[in-house]
Amino acid sequence: MNAPILLNTSHFDQPWTLENYLKVGGYQALRKVIENKMTADEIIAEVKASGLRGRGGAGFPTGLKWSFMPKNYNGVKYLVCNSDEGEPGTCKDRDILRYNPHSLIEGMAIAAYTMQVQTGYNYVHGEIYEAYERMEDACEEARKAGYLGNNIIGSGFSFDLHNHMGYGAYVCGEETALLESIEGKKGQPRFKPPFPANYGLYGKPTTINNTETFASIPYIIREGGKKFADMGVPNSGGVKLFSISGHVNNPGNFEVPLGTPFKKLLEMAGGVRNGNKLKAVIPGGSSMPVLPGEIMMDLNMDFDSIQKAGSYLGTGAVIVMDETTCMVKALERLSYFYFEESCGQCTPCREGTGWLYRIVHRIEKGEGRPEDLDLLADLCENIAGRTICALGDAAAWPVQGFLKHFRSEFEYHIEHKRCLV
Amino acid sequence: MLSDQIKTRIDRELAKYPADQKQSAVMAALRFVQDEKGWISNDDMEDVAGYLGMPHMAVYEVATFYHMYNLKPMGKHTLTVCTNISCMLCGSSEVVDYLGKKLGIGLGEVTADGKFGLREGECFGACVDAPMFTINNKRLCGKLTNAKIDEILAELDKQ
Repeated sequence: MNAPILLNTSHFDQPWTLENYLKVGGYQALRKVIENKMTADEIIAEVKASGLRGRGGAGFPTGLKWSFMPKNYNGVKYLVCNSDEGEPGTCKDRDILRYNPHSLIEGMAIAAYTMQVQTGYNYVHGEIYEAYERMEDACEEARKAGYLGNNIIGSGFSFDLHNHMGYGAYVCGEETALLESIEGKKGQPRFKPPFPANYGLYGKPTTINNTETFASIPYIIREGGKKFADMGVPNSGGVKLFSISGHVNNPGNFEVPLGTPFKKLLEMAGGVRNGNKLKAVIPGGSSMPVLPGEIMMDLNMDFDSIQKAGSYLGTGAVIVMDETTCMVKALERLSYFYFEESCGQCTPCREGTGWLYRIVHRIEKGEGRPEDLDLLADLCENIAGRTICALGDAAAWPVQGFLKHFRSEFEYHIEHKRCLV
Repeated sequence: MLSDQIKTRIDRELAKYPADQKQSAVMAALRFVQDEKGWISNDDMEDVAGYLGMPHMAVYEVATFYHMYNLKPMGKHTLTVCTNISCMLCGSSEVVDYLGKKLGIGLGEVTADGKFGLREGECFGACVDAPMFTINNKRLCGKLTNAKIDEILAELDKQ
């Protein structure tokens, strides 16, 4: 294995300190852009060359996103980090916040320098208080050392970063809901367009990236975009953190190049627990369609491979289910989640997620009706793509995935009023 | 009335946001109220509204939208158990059952002595440590076993 890039301080007892971050080349990338007076175009070209795609789930090219910010705009602009990591199965950003907070700060400072932004917010998932505290401390440490605040390392450029804590709303991981939440409102997504680059936080131009995306930036600037890109595969540049949870012997976060075979990743997680047979895998966080184990065993973990197989890489959260898993029960829990977390703004999602949950719930209880599976399919079609944000799609995709690959198990439940496993 | 301690903490948060965007501190303000009182009453919301210069209703909307606010008295130590998919696969329902048996309460309930409360939570974003609960939304305890739960409850009981 190569030395880690994103968690490059992990060999220290206290990987989160500034002192240790500096020992592994920390803040050299920020110095490089400032001392070489790199232009925004040069930095963005480097990020584009890296092939870096957003690590929050959508996989949008980061360099391209940065280029959307209005140029020659003299008013206030904002930079926002989405650390509201609540997509079930996903817990990679938490490790960046806890163990390498300065990589996020440096990545954001470089992004701010590029887009000439003076204020940034890092929105941290409410349930990981320890990570929020760690970030607060790290920002203070960076301020004292001159990496944040006024006149950063003598450059005349100023940027400060503040942490904002969420308090339990999955939908705030959606970028415009997150902006509403920073503004002190209910986290209900905004209609787009206008996009945040034009109308973002407090109505000002805003760029929002995921934690891991920002944390990848220092390496890209320090070592060059091409070097990062070459570690991955075409269209999926670089390394990525994968969270492997569920039925494995050694759940954890693993940093590997994109394109790594799933089989290898499963081995790193110690294989399926108790030597059981692999049944199914959700490859990219709970919203992504589930895939049968035998399909997964032949796949590589990159954007294109997973998409060709009918799912998405998403956040890189791999949820492993062994042969003892009841697929109806698993889907019931997921459907409950989307029902619980729908913000209530769009009718298809607000009403539809309740329908999905109630129907899967009655099948699981042994009260399913023969027509229920068609009804579920019909509901999904009437939710996905018909809502302001992607939570509607996120509720429909798991149902569609489970029915596509495990339909017989649902039919068995309806017919025999009990579980197959 | 908001205590001086709460006001000091809110003021620190206010410094993070533009001077004309005091509402941005509302989530933190409610969190500080809950830290001190254990839950947030309608009167507390009115006080927060007054302090931040925003409508009472706007505070109420926030308090009722985000799940981690307690809108009724909970226990001195409120345990929130994640039961989402990765935790479910790793035995979160056994954790809920075990806690229920030990504390004699179900989800959403508080022990008669007011010491412990039990809640169900949605994904904490710490799935590789499943199964897990948080204590008063602060301390996250993962990879739970019955023995570990016994230990934690005994420790909390002494406080």
